[in-house]
Amino acid sequence: MQKSKLGLNFHKVAKARQIAGNIAGEVQKFVGRYTTVAVERTLCRLMGIDGIDANEAPLPNVMVDALMSNGVLNQGVLYYIGNAILETGLTPQEIAVKVSTGALDIVKVKTHSDNEIKEALQPYIDASIERIKANRKRREEFITNIGEGAKPYIYVIVATGNIYEDVVQAQAAARQGADIIAVIRTTGQSLLDYVPYGATTEGFGGTYATQENFRIMRSALNDVSAEVGRYVRLCNYCSGLCMPEIAVMGALEGLDVMLNDALYGILFRDINMQRTMVDQYFSRVINGFAGVIINTGEDNYLTTADAFEEARTVLASDLINEQLALLAGLPENQMGLGHAFEMNPDMENGFLYELAQAQMTREIFPKAPLKYMPPTKFMTGNIFKGQIQNTLFNEISIWTGQGIQLLGMITEAVHTPFMSDRYLAIENARYVFSNMKSIGEEVEFKNGGIIQSRAQQVLDQALDLLMQIEKEGLFNALEKGIFADVKRPKTGGKGLNGVVETDANYRNPFIDLMKGEKK
Amino acid sequence: MSSGLYSMNKSGFDQTLDLTKVKPYGDTMNDGKTQLSFTLPVPCNDEAIEAAKQLMRKMGFENPQVVYYKELTKGFTFFNCYGSCVHSVDYTSIRVPKVESTVMDMHETDEFIKTHIGRKIVVIGASTGTDAHTVGIDAIMNMKGYAGHYGLERYEMIEALNMGSQVLNEDFIAKAIELKADALLVSQTVTQKDVHIQNLTELVEMLEAEGLRDKIILICGGPRLSHELAKELGYDAGFSMNSYADDVASYIAQEMGNRKAKG
Ligand code: B12
Repeated sequence: MQKSKLGLNFHKVAKARQIAGNIAGEVQKFVGRYTTVAVERTLCRLMGIDGIDANEAPLPNVMVDALMSNGVLNQGVLYYIGNAILETGLTPQEIAVKVSTGALDIVKVKTHSDNEIKEALQPYIDASIERIKANRKRREEFITNIGEGAKPYIYVIVATGNIYEDVVQAQAAARQGADIIAVIRTTGQSLLDYVPYGATTEGFGGTYATQENFRIMRSALNDVSAEVGRYVRLCNYCSGLCMPEIAVMGALEGLDVMLNDALYGILFRDINMQRTMVDQYFSRVINGFAGVIINTGEDNYLTTADAFEEARTVLASDLINEQLALLAGLPENQMGLGHAFEMNPDMENGFLYELAQAQMTREIFPKAPLKYMPPTKFMTGNIFKGQIQNTLFNEISIWTGQGIQLLGMITEAVHTPFMSDRYLAIENARYVFSNMKSIGEEVEFKNGGIIQSRAQQVLDQALDLLMQIEKEGLFNALEKGIFADVKRPKTGGKGLNGVVETDANYRNPFIDLMKGEKK
Repeated sequence: MSSGLYSMNKSGFDQTLDLTKVKPYGDTMNDGKTQLSFTLPVPCNDEAIEAAKQLMRKMGFENPQVVYYKELTKGFTFFNCYGSCVHSVDYTSIRVPKVESTVMDMHETDEFIKTHIGRKIVVIGASTGTDAHTVGIDAIMNMKGYAGHYGLERYEMIEALNMGSQVLNEDFIAKAIELKADALLVSQTVTQKDVHIQNLTELVEMLEAEGLRDKIILICGGPRLSHELAKELGYDAGFSMNSYADDVASYIAQEMGNRKAKG
């Protein structure tokens, strides 16, 4: 049995995990029977379909809309693409162009046998699988041959709204010591039911997640990684109404980290829960295969709910997210489960409680590169105090061995970071990480003291909560506002009309291919 | 301005406080001491430091001192600086527009509404446009309130509806018409590229087009808003950081009372 510095009862942990597994399993029963417009567009992209038509509609949307409006999306887009390849001898991209100009009516194409279709699709399937594998290999080789930063990885954001300006900021951060650069998405992309095309130069507080932006930034980070002799990872947001599409674009361009959490979309963007659970499954299959570390968004619960009172919801949600990820074939070492340092700074002994919870999360998910979020809600215009809040947060991270340290910015309450804000944050983190490097190995916690008791209390509460969720089912629990004090109806929110129950003949060969090809 | 009078190099600048000529205070009255930091897009060298000092002089600082500098990345240098500000302002002539109402607590407001309005007031709130931040409007409206101040939902004489976030202006107005709202509360948190200005202006224009603007008390709030800006944009009032349900409720009640009195 694992040894706990907190006196945690690992039988309780195992019990909690088992319940979370049941909850995830129930969700999966639902997910397995459905597809969505986003899933089908993802398959188009995996067939090599990209670009936009004369009205700037992305070709994957054109294809899927054609099937949707004819009520045949339940057959799956691959069925029609396969038939069209056989009938016309064209590539999927050429077919999509013809569909967009009206030169080809995709639903009227003559049909062929399953085997013939499979054969027609195979070269395109192989090509995208190989491309994703090559990206994964490139990353792994770079890390083996040249190296990477030590954990906790230093994670900072760039958010100028112009991808070329973001490159300047990102390279600067990498030289200062950043290990992960997250390119913030522009306000409102999560609600778009398509992925914009091309480079962004004028976003609101971020750029669009587009394949071109991914390519530009990954290539800039390749240059700077070689320069600093350390692999610098690129992170974006695979969330909202286009989860799997963004996952596949990231996989094709060699992204390394993706925010990927349906619960976040449901609670904070009012995305329909049925839609996003189906989308999430395929996106995690892709991320798992591509070697991408996912980040989950539990930390956000604490921006609307109280961080001390609701700690149990973070742990319960992490456990459910872990199980949902495992079902999608995503291994533990790619699970950047989220939690946060968000207690009110006025709280006496708050540091001890935060320490207890961070250590608890570490012990419950020993292999996961946990994503630890900085104070945000109680950051104010007092940037000087803010630097101290961030320092305390950094201390806990090195003390408890967190995986990914999302650095706090002194100007969190004011604006998206200046270059100098980022520099001060990185300097702070590096100072603390070096100065307190081995504290976790040196210091033990008092038996039955404040820290141990707090961790045990949160585990007990999370276990109770999971039992309650298991009884109701996750969807019903969300309807009742179990997380973040936010209630969402099962049939409410955005994107429900893009969910389709699949026909018995429906095939998505990528699920088995990607889940099977584990190394 | 006679620079000698304020120069730190010469002793004996006037150390008496004159509210018509206020300037920063370090540790001596009128020393003008100011700290600031900025980044220049130039490589880190002696010329960069000189550039920072020259810039400070142009900003109105005497005796500029660069106390720390560091190249953030090639071609960008960060500075921490101190200097003595030569400028001053006339504090006595400053007038800032403020919300003109007396803050009452929940019971006083409820009583006020009973006495002066004689019916429940309908208030609808939302975080509108693309804005997904709800904590601010929740703080004002939700039953449990914020920082020890109960939200509008708890007021006996207020019928409060919180529509949540990312509410389109047209949906917001439709609800206002449906429920015959007396007051609308808009929350805006994201201010990058002035998205909030566009969105707030659009709401005013749409209300005017519907002929509703004068029938409704229109209020906006958020951490980067001010009463002054709100007035400029055509709102009746604006609230910023550290404002609570009490402030808003007292204002709405009294403003409705005033309008009723005027007939
Ligand atoms: C929590 C939070 C979030 C949460 C919001 C959860 C939720 N459901 O609300 C999440 C994680 C979802 C989020 C998302 C984003 N956020 Co945010 N977020 C914050 C954070 C940390 C705290 C805000 C908060 O809750 N404050 C507490 C409340 C109580 O304070 P308040 O809103 O000021 O409200 C008070 C007063 O202003 C007033 N008030 C407010 N509204 C109203 C209305 C009326 C009528 C009245 C009378 C009074 C009133 O009363 C309240 C009580 O006193 C701030 C940083 C910070 N520390 O400020 C960033 C911050 C606001 N976010 C920011 C940004 C950019 C975003 C994103 C756009 C990022 C992105 N590109 O995706 C997205 C938003 C997407 C979108 N479509 O809007 C920026 C805004 C920068 C700017 N000035 O434009 C900030 C400042 C962070 C930063 N430095 O970049 N965010």
